[in-house]
Amino acid sequence: MSTAPAIELKGISKAFGPVQANKDISICVMPGTIHGIIGENGAGKSTLMSILYGFYKADSGDIFISGKKTEIPDSQAAISVGIGMVFQHFKLVQNFTVLENIILGAEEGRLLRPSLSKARGVLKSLAEEYELSVDPDALVENLSVGHQQRVEILKALYRQAEILILDEPTGVLTPAEADHLFRILEGLRAQGKTIVLITHKLREIMEITDTVSVMRRGEMTATVRTSETSPDKLAELMVGRKVLLRVDKKPATPGANVLEIENLHEFGENGVERLKGVSLNVRAGEILGIAGVAGNGQSELLEVLGGYADATGTVRMNGVPLDLAGRNSNGQSRRARGIGHVPEDRQHEGLIMDYAAWENAVFGYHRDPAWQSGILMNNAAIRADASGKMDRFDVRPPNPKLAARNFSGGNQQKIVLAREIERNPDLLLIGQPTRGVDIGAIEFIHQQIIALRDAGKAILLVSVELDEIFALSDRIAVMFDGHIMGFRDPSETNERELGLMMAGITGEAAA
Amino acid sequence: MDKMPAWADAVLVPLISLLLAAFLSALVILAIGESPVEAFSLMVEGALMRSSGWGYTLYYATNFMFTGLAVSVAFHARMFNIGGEGQAMLGGLGVALVCLYIPWPHWSLALMAASVGAATFGALWALIPAYLQAKRGSHIVITTIMFNFIAAALLNYILVNLLRPMGAMDPATARFPEAVTLPTFQDMFSTAAEPMFRGAPANVSFFIAVLACVAVWLLIWRTRLGYEIRAFGHSDTAARYAGISPVKITVVAMLISGGLAGMMAINVTMGEAERLIMNATEGAGFIGIAVALMGRSHPLGVFLAAILFGFLYQGGAELALWTNIPRELIVVIQALVILFTGALDNMVRMPLERVFLALRRSPKTTSPVQKAAE
Repeated sequence: MSTAPAIELKGISKAFGPVQANKDISICVMPGTIHGIIGENGAGKSTLMSILYGFYKADSGDIFISGKKTEIPDSQAAISVGIGMVFQHFKLVQNFTVLENIILGAEEGRLLRPSLSKARGVLKSLAEEYELSVDPDALVENLSVGHQQRVEILKALYRQAEILILDEPTGVLTPAEADHLFRILEGLRAQGKTIVLITHKLREIMEITDTVSVMRRGEMTATVRTSETSPDKLAELMVGRKVLLRVDKKPATPGANVLEIENLHEFGENGVERLKGVSLNVRAGEILGIAGVAGNGQSELLEVLGGYADATGTVRMNGVPLDLAGRNSNGQSRRARGIGHVPEDRQHEGLIMDYAAWENAVFGYHRDPAWQSGILMNNAAIRADASGKMDRFDVRPPNPKLAARNFSGGNQQKIVLAREIERNPDLLLIGQPTRGVDIGAIEFIHQQIIALRDAGKAILLVSVELDEIFALSDRIAVMFDGHIMGFRDPSETNERELGLMMAGITGEAAA
Repeated sequence: MDKMPAWADAVLVPLISLLLAAFLSALVILAIGESPVEAFSLMVEGALMRSSGWGYTLYYATNFMFTGLAVSVAFHARMFNIGGEGQAMLGGLGVALVCLYIPWPHWSLALMAASVGAATFGALWALIPAYLQAKRGSHIVITTIMFNFIAAALLNYILVNLLRPMGAMDPATARFPEAVTLPTFQDMFSTAAEPMFRGAPANVSFFIAVLACVAVWLLIWRTRLGYEIRAFGHSDTAARYAGISPVKITVVAMLISGGLAGMMAINVTMGEAERLIMNATEGAGFIGIAVALMGRSHPLGVFLAAILFGFLYQGGAELALWTNIPRELIVVIQALVILFTGALDNMVRMPLERVFLALRRSPKTTSPVQKAAE
């Protein structure tokens, strides 16, 4: 008897209004394998998995679990047929213990104690079986991100999941934590569990999956054996054309210091110190890349330099100190000093999503006298300028009247980049330039950043993607827990060394 | 892509809401044994078919334009100013002081000064909640609504103890001097042969309200301040990134909002009562919320919604006068309109969006694949 596939989807279609998120998708995942689903943002990966987990109902198509046709109207139904999901953003109660989180929604009876003690036993055996050790009595808020993710996996296993879906699981992990996660997944596979891994990172697909399906614009373009493909082929399938995965760039010719930071301290709203004495410098004509796991002070560094978080210490721009608090410390005064800023979160900071593209094209520079005529704003001039910017940065569709939220992530980012780069800043701060951006646009965005460097500007790049840090940086600084762990030359370091530094192990100890 | 065309959003949604409200009102009128058709024709007759009816409708509409604009401006900065009532009361005080204590040679000068006085007092009354919101994070909804009560108490005190003429029994100021009497529509449009707007309180401040609509439109969509107010309203994090001061925008938007609400007093206090009385605002500050919601915070929408509510007010008064429909029921009808156009907006919008999506999809996406699947 041949085994039935663990998951089989036949002809799944789903539309959100005029947007066809999934078009006639068929997929077959065999039990005991790791199946990767790869595709650009907006390709429909998450929609497909949400249908499988009962969040959305497909417009048409059938779901078969272990060979049986199954209706999944809600997530309870998904759990009962053995599907577990680990979301990109964890769904844990922060002030509950690990144990309490695990039984949440799976309590057996009105009293908690029996469920808790049963869970404790199960947890212990799971921990031994799969290298999934977590202190059951620790509060979730005190756990590292990697451990929180383990709690999510344990939650699914506790509910007897046979099929585990992981949505972008490594986005928040250090390379070492990601390696550990992959060992866990391999252990699960060895036990006959089926794993679906959703990701946009080609490297992970190549490293761990058995088969891989590629999605593009709502369609499944290919399903191949991982051993029979290559990253270049997959990228081509994702984008629909040949893609340069490496950016060409000449060696940097750095000039004088543009930005000098000495002993920078920043305290968050609740008094938590998030920058603990950062010192660094960026020279004209170089890209300083700041590597680190999200949440180690990179965002705060950008906020301080961008003028919207107060700090103490010294920051000099072209040799002249900047105010780090008070009336003259804001986005306007920073821009006046020649600092451009492409923020990490373009949807909540860089753009007003309900503003038309042309209104966004001057956002932050809207007080420039060029855009005023008397007491009114010169909207005609702004629109004309926006048209030109969108043309030069290949923003599609090239319609300045369209609201920002109607552009794809990559095109939104191009609007922000066009605005900041065309002001010709002496220093450009860039946070996560290609987060949520499709591969095709990544190439273009990287080229623009390098062109700005070649024009002799200083660039401070923050990214959680090590590949991006390596591709762009002329020097790399690693941040951990509000400190700079050290500087490295990209040609003389490797991911392993940076990974250790990102986990707080100093360069000397790592070497 | 937008879910439905702009015209549907601006016209169809309020229209359907209005029809639903009218339908329910008809049921209510039926239930107490009166004829809804008769009631409706009486309302139209009384509010729209005679020039004096229009005179009342536009008088009420003037109030609602000011308060509706006030709420709209605050909405654009994502603040909910429920304090229009109190701000309008204090605006009345500003008007009274200007009219009583300065000898004016001509009403036009007095009107300009009274407008400034009304706006200043209204704005200052909004300043305290705005400051508390900006600096202390006290929620503007809570503070503005509490300031309504404080305004009423303060005004009561001032009228009874300070401004009441010797010997007078009611809490009101003395009558304003003749020189500051505003020309009514009757004065302006009547000819000897054909009297118009007879006895109606609509007056020249209606035109100030229309000017205010234009000014607010310019402010919100054509000036840098409006750009910043809308930016802050859409996303305070993005505003922070751009260097727009949240404190400044909160305070300035609320000052403008309070000023507009205060200006309502030139219509009621200077144009109609010609003295400052208690409860001159008669809930117009709250109606302004419904007007702003129905008008989508756009001055043109506010203008139209204000006239609609003016019609409801005047038509309701006619009903109370000529039928056995009790006064309370008219309040119910007004409440139904507010409920459907304001609070239950999404109830109409969502199905309508679905209809438009279905309409848009049906012609082109019947792809061969789907046909085969059927």
